[in-house]
Amino acid sequence: MSSIVIQDLHVSVAEKEIIRGLSLEFSKGEVHAVMGPNGSGKSTLAKVMAGHPDYQVTEGDILMDGESILEMEPDERSRKGLFMAFQYPMEIPGVSNANFLRAAMQARLPEGEELDAIEFYQRLHEKMDLLDIRREFTARSVNEGFSGGEKKRNEILQLAMLEPAFAVLDETDSGLDIDALKVVANGVNKIRGPEIGILLITHYQRLLNYIIPDFVHVMSEGRIVRSGGKELALELESKGYDWLKERKGEPVGAN
Amino acid sequence: MSTQTNSIDIDRNIGNFFYNIAPTRDAGVGLTEKTIDYIVDAKREPEWLREFRKNAYRVFNSKPLPTHWAGNELKEIDFDVIRYYLASGETAKRTWEEVPEDIKRTFERLGIPESERKFLAGVEAQFDSEAVYSNIKKAVADQGVIFMGSTDALKERPELFRKWFGKVIPTADNKFSALNSAVFSGGSFIYVPPGVKVKHPLQAYFRINAENFGQFERTLIIADEGSEVMYMEGCTAPKFTTATLHSAVVELIALPGAKIQYITVQNWAPNVFNLVTKRGLAMEEAEIKWIDCNIGSRLTMKYPGVVLKGRKSRGEVISIALASDGQHQDTGAKMVHGADETTSNIVSKSISIGKGRATYRGLVHVPKHLKGCKNNTECDALLINSSSRTDTYPAITVRGTGNATQHEASVSQISAEQIFYMQQRGLSEGQAMSLAVNGFVNDLVRQFPMEYSVELKRLIDLEMEGSVG
Repeated sequence: MSSIVIQDLHVSVAEKEIIRGLSLEFSKGEVHAVMGPNGSGKSTLAKVMAGHPDYQVTEGDILMDGESILEMEPDERSRKGLFMAFQYPMEIPGVSNANFLRAAMQARLPEGEELDAIEFYQRLHEKMDLLDIRREFTARSVNEGFSGGEKKRNEILQLAMLEPAFAVLDETDSGLDIDALKVVANGVNKIRGPEIGILLITHYQRLLNYIIPDFVHVMSEGRIVRSGGKELALELESKGYDWLKERKGEPVGAN
Repeated sequence: MSTQTNSIDIDRNIGNFFYNIAPTRDAGVGLTEKTIDYIVDAKREPEWLREFRKNAYRVFNSKPLPTHWAGNELKEIDFDVIRYYLASGETAKRTWEEVPEDIKRTFERLGIPESERKFLAGVEAQFDSEAVYSNIKKAVADQGVIFMGSTDALKERPELFRKWFGKVIPTADNKFSALNSAVFSGGSFIYVPPGVKVKHPLQAYFRINAENFGQFERTLIIADEGSEVMYMEGCTAPKFTTATLHSAVVELIALPGAKIQYITVQNWAPNVFNLVTKRGLAMEEAEIKWIDCNIGSRLTMKYPGVVLKGRKSRGEVISIALASDGQHQDTGAKMVHGADETTSNIVSKSISIGKGRATYRGLVHVPKHLKGCKNNTECDALLINSSSRTDTYPAITVRGTGNATQHEASVSQISAEQIFYMQQRGLSEGQAMSLAVNGFVNDLVRQFPMEYSVELKRLIDLEMEGSVG
C-alpha cells in the first residue's frame, strides 16, 4: 500500500531539537489528524516533510513508498507527489494564479512536453467551480492582497489541481472564521478519497467537526504521545492539552 | 510558462555566432582624421558632413571620459584597437534574395525575415556599419512614409535629413554623442507625413559581426503633425574575447499632436560597451514614449530623454534593466519640461543578479515659470543575491508653485520563503527565481508588443537560470 512512513525522526532548527523521536505512518485513502499544543512541533513536522532548508534531520527517516525523501530537494518531493498546504501562504507579486499553476503543472511533465493550455483551463475552471471560486481569481497575483480565507482556499485549489498522492495541511484552519472554515473543509472533503493520503495538522478540534479524520494523533514536545480514532479528538477537546501531561510516560503508539 | 530546457539551450546562444565575412570597405584600426576622411569618401558624403564629423572628432578628443560620475569600467575601452567602419556593400537591398548569402543567413538565424512577414510594416537590417537590407511594405510607403537607412537618407532626402539632424542631441552633448557624430554610419531614417498613422511597427535590427569593432548608428525619426509611429529595435553581437563598442545616437522629433513610441530590446554579449544617447523633442500636444529593455553588455549607459517643448506635450520612459554577474546597467531617464501643462512619467525596474550592478539615474527639470506640469517617477530595484548591487540617483528639480511631482522608489529581494513556497509546488529553484523576476517586471512587459514580451520573458528565464546555487 502506498504510504508515508516517518521513523524515529529527530529534527533541529538552529541547533535546537524540536522533534524528538517521532514515528508516524499514513497511507493513501486515509485522513490522519495531528493535534497538539503550540510549540509541540506540529508545523516543524510539516516543513521538514516538505524539505524546508532551515530544518535539519539529525536522526531517523521519512520514506515515501519505501524511498527516503530526505536527500531530495523540495521541488523533487513535490513532483514525486507530496503537497503541503502552508499555514502562511506566500505572496508572489505580478505572477497570476493561472500562470503559477501552469508553471507547477508544466514542471511535472517530461522534458519537451508542453502543457495543453485548453485542457489546463478546462481543468482549472472545473476545480474552481468545485471549490466555489470565481473566475476573476485566475488573473490575480498569487495570494497578493488576499484575505486569510482566500489564501487558504487558494492552497486547496492548488492541491486539487496538482492531485498529489500525499498532502500535509499545516494549520489550514488558523485565522479562518467559521464560514471560511466550512468552505475550506468542504473543499478538502471533495478531494479526499482512495487516491490521496492526508495529514491534517491542527491546533483546534473544530476543523475535525467538518473533516472527519480516520485517525488522530496527539503531539507533545516533539513526539506522538497518543494515537487513536476520531473520538480521541473529542476527548482532547473536553479535557484539554494539560490532560496529556498527566499521561506522559505511557507507551507511545503510531497506530 | 513554457520553459523547456530544450529550446533554452538553443536560445542561450541565439546571438552568439558569426560568419567570416571579409568586408570590402574597412577604415582600419584606431581613430584619426584619416579615419573620418575614409568614411566620408567611402560613403561619398557632402563636404559639410566632412566638416561636421571633423569638428565632432575634436570635441570627442577634448572631453574626458565621464569616470568622475559614471563607472571606471569605461577605462577598459581601448579606442586605438577599435575598427570604426566596416561594410560589405554600398546600398541596402530591397529583397532578401539580393543580400549576400552569409549575411542573409545571419538574419535568418535571428528570425528577422520571419518577423517581417508576420507583423512588421517595414524592416531595416544593419550588419556592422551599414544597412544591408531595408524594405517597407508598399501600402505604408504609398502613404508617404519614408523608412530607409541614414546613409541612403542623406543622399535621397538631404534637406529633410539636415533640417533635424543633430538638433535634438548636439555633437557636444557628451563624449559619446561626439564620437558618434564623428564616425556615425547606418541607423534608420523615418519620416511620417501629417496625419498618417502607421498601424504596424517599423523595425530595425542592429547586428555586430566583427571583432574589435565599434557600431555607431544614427537614427532620426520625424513624426509630422498628428501622425503616429511605433519603431522597434533589436540588437545582438557574438561573444568575442575583446571589447566591442556600440555607441548610437537616436533623435526623435514629434511635431504637434504626433505620437512616437520607440521600443528597444537589446541582448548584447557581455563584452559590449553600450553607450547610447537617445532623446526626443515633443512639440505641442505631442507624445514620446521610450520603452527600453536592457539585457546583457559589459556596461550600458543610457538615459532616454524627452524635451517637452510644446504645451501639453507628454513624455514617458518605461525601462527594464537586468544586470548579471560582471555587468553594469547604468540607465535612467531625462525629462526636461519646457512648456506649461507638460507631463512626464518614468517607471524603471531593475534586477541585479550575482555581482551585477544596476544604477538608476534620473533627471527631471521643471523651471519656475511653468504652470500645470506633472512628473511621476517610480523606480523599483530587485536584488537577487546578497552580492548584487543597486544605486538610485534621482535628480528632480521642480520649481514654482503650480507644478507637481511624485517620486517613489523601492528595493526588494525575493525571499527564501517565497522560493520555498514555489519549490513546494514543483518548480526548481531556478524556475522559481525566474517566475518571481518575471512577476516583478510583469506590468512593464505587458506594454511591449506581444512578440517582444514573449522574447523578453525568455531572455529573463535564461539570465535567471545560471543565477542560483
